[in-house]
Amino acid sequence: MEMPKPDAGVISRRAAIITDLARLVPGDNIITDEDELRAYECDGLSAYRQLPLIVVLPETTAQVVAILKYCQDEGVKIVPRGSGTSLSGGALPLADAITLGMGKFNRVLEIDYENRCVVVQPGVTNKAITDTVEHNGFYYAPDPSSRIACSIGGNIAENAGGMHCLKYGLTTNNVLGVEMVLTSGEVIRLGGKHMESEGYDLLGLITGSEGLLGVITEITVRILQKPASARAVLLGFASSEAGGATVGAIIADGIIPGGMEMMDKLAVNAMEDFVHSGYPRDAEAVLIVELDGPEVEVDYLVGRVEAIARDNGAISVRISKDEAERKMFWAGRMSAFPSVGRISPDYFCMDGTIPRGQLPTVLSRMAELSKHYGLRVANVFHAGDGNLHPLILYDANNPGELEKTEEFGADILRLCVEVGGVLTGEHGVGVEKRDLMCTMFSEDDLKQQQRVKCAFDPDALLNPGKVYPTLHRCAELGRVHVHDGQLRFPDIPRF
Amino acid sequence: MGEHFKPENPDQILDAVQWALAEGRAFDVFGGRTKQGYGRPTLATDNLDLSAVSGIDLYEPGELVMSAKAATPLADINAALADNRQRLAFEAPNWGPLFGAKDQSGTIGALFVCNMAGSRRIQAGAARDHILGFHAISGRGEHFKSGGRVVKNVTGFDLSKLMAGSFGTLAVLCDVTFKVLPVPEKARTVLVLGDDPKMATAAMTVALQSPFDVSGAAHLPAGVAAMSGVSYVSGGTSGVTAIRVEGPGPSVEFRAQALRQMLAEFGETEELHSVNTAKLWQEIRDVSYFVEGDSQVWRLSVPPSEGADVAGRLTESTGGQTFFDWGGGLIWLAMPPRPDAAHEEVRAAIGAAGGHATLFRASPDVRAAVPVFQPQPAPLADLASRIKNSFDPKGVFNPGRMYEGS
Repeated sequence: MEMPKPDAGVISRRAAIITDLARLVPGDNIITDEDELRAYECDGLSAYRQLPLIVVLPETTAQVVAILKYCQDEGVKIVPRGSGTSLSGGALPLADAITLGMGKFNRVLEIDYENRCVVVQPGVTNKAITDTVEHNGFYYAPDPSSRIACSIGGNIAENAGGMHCLKYGLTTNNVLGVEMVLTSGEVIRLGGKHMESEGYDLLGLITGSEGLLGVITEITVRILQKPASARAVLLGFASSEAGGATVGAIIADGIIPGGMEMMDKLAVNAMEDFVHSGYPRDAEAVLIVELDGPEVEVDYLVGRVEAIARDNGAISVRISKDEAERKMFWAGRMSAFPSVGRISPDYFCMDGTIPRGQLPTVLSRMAELSKHYGLRVANVFHAGDGNLHPLILYDANNPGELEKTEEFGADILRLCVEVGGVLTGEHGVGVEKRDLMCTMFSEDDLKQQQRVKCAFDPDALLNPGKVYPTLHRCAELGRVHVHDGQLRFPDIPRF
Repeated sequence: MGEHFKPENPDQILDAVQWALAEGRAFDVFGGRTKQGYGRPTLATDNLDLSAVSGIDLYEPGELVMSAKAATPLADINAALADNRQRLAFEAPNWGPLFGAKDQSGTIGALFVCNMAGSRRIQAGAARDHILGFHAISGRGEHFKSGGRVVKNVTGFDLSKLMAGSFGTLAVLCDVTFKVLPVPEKARTVLVLGDDPKMATAAMTVALQSPFDVSGAAHLPAGVAAMSGVSYVSGGTSGVTAIRVEGPGPSVEFRAQALRQMLAEFGETEELHSVNTAKLWQEIRDVSYFVEGDSQVWRLSVPPSEGADVAGRLTESTGGQTFFDWGGGLIWLAMPPRPDAAHEEVRAAIGAAGGHATLFRASPDVRAAVPVFQPQPAPLADLASRIKNSFDPKGVFNPGRMYEGS
């Protein structure tokens, strides 16, 4: 993975930059010591590491404004960072960039039950939002598996998903407003407690922009009332085709479950060894379908899901009888990563999305690839929305095995694109999938995206080296190529 | 007299755009021409008529996804979905009649570029929440695409969101891919009779805070309720607050009963079954009450709890009539026409709580003279202009439609 060549000029001015920043951000909020910087050298994608130039931990919007203005004036790059749980290297430091840690923006500013929203600072964790409103029966719907640790600011940067997004939407569907600082130091507010932000939908644009467009300093999210009840149906199938067909049939029947997760045999057995959820070990595919709502609705839908599953050849059907059993059904799936971690020294978590009907094709091609590379792969799958998480098992101590794993992963993602899917469903492009962007997008597609970045950050100071494989200068991107002279449109009907 | 291009495919659109670039011309871009009255009048010299770029390209009911060419009539989309007991979940309004296009429902492209939403906004979001991907021609004369056909997708910037609500000022949409959802088995509406807008807001808030998954919460004051074609709504002499629930049969019955009990403290309650429910929410969604006559119509989005106060100020300063949707968060105002459309009074009525107002219906001269969309603070307006520039630096598409001069 090649990162942009560090600017030696900036690195040589490190001492002066530290002095200047200390004036802008008082207190012990600047980290310069190598041992302390080490804590920031990677995010959740720990295969890539780099010590940042400096880490700055601002506490107020005014400080963020001052830092960004200073960086623009001095040509210093900035890598924004929330909790550092990105699985795609979105917060990977650069040798010539300050890492802007937003962890001290950790306050819940306002809870507004009347308007069903919460105003928070970006460093508040995803789970903390739910914790704050849970006693009144409310929750924040998107629930990425890192929800205990990941920050809501990071969730916006990555447009985080989770198990419940089939029914309740992704981050982008649950954010009402933000305050954001541009690299110019200008502060903009998008949306608020009202629905729909005015003008161009910049709120939608910055959600999932991976820290390339601005630094978010305040967030308003909508909260929902918890469903009155929930039950889970645990299904075993003799083949992944039968499991996939069941998922399709449930949706075709007009049912949108609160959660619908599928696992393959290798994943199921790893989970069973670890947490004993009672999954059928002999099944080739296990499906958990959760129905939520009033009890009368849940009972009614559970019956229908059971009938659909039997029609599609389920070899085992269990329905949770109480809350304890429902949680037990989920415990295995929730521990997918640590379970797989126990059967392999290392694993690499992929994140493609495919049209759901392509599942059997993709699984069988993946099995061939697994043989070809000599690496095992365990599959967990947000089945309702086609988001695959193949976990490639490897041992980083074997020379060359990481590289082989990355090649295997890249082949899987190319396969996802080939069947009509995408490179990443919820983990982000970051550095991990950056060089695969051309398999999904043309040069013109990517240039148009980068022109949008230029509108926010003309000097390309925010998070360079992420998402886009080729860095173009904004001036070069701005040119319009007019085909003047010979006009070549004889075919268009004109009146 | 300008040129009138009627391309039939993306390559012909591209040719037309390259012609405009070479000749320094600008296009009024349209499909069904039902929303020409929405936004500021454009300063375009020529027409880019997309009506021939039409047809459903892909529909997979089991995957809840559809792709269609930009000017596919919404009526065709709705018919195809209905055949499979599916629908556009964001409750696409038909604002054709409001803008004087009586029998037309508009196109799928317009639905997305105007980021439309009906009463289900509170539960299911707007058009922008359902667009998955698109293919377009930029004002640079380039094909480009973004997104895909799957719901879970964070690959690159989400330009689909930018297209939604851009009023055709950034690029010409060639085709769009979007999420569809099943039609629920049953729908019921609980009516609470009463005139006090604050009580109505309180009732809607209680309903929206409940676990009963409300998919519509609107309040019609007595004068507006009287115009309804649903006799339960128009028959009384008071205002009506309407709460809708949808879903599997037994669940809807249960939730409607629970809501009636919960809302009894706010006034006498009534219940509408499926047919009347559909009729009432279609009226609310399409703003049917304000179609007739020459009133100027404003659409305001505010924090739901502020709706009643804002509406009170609006009525007082403009002499107009209002009703609420979105639990109080959406206010429709119809007022006697004025050359300035009372824009200062309307925007002052929003107050400190935040929100925005759009001059939704007015004559072209008024829309040219008055900021139709909420004026933005300088840093945001500058950013919007840089974004427009990044897609359409020469101002080929719908110049002036959203912002004066650009």
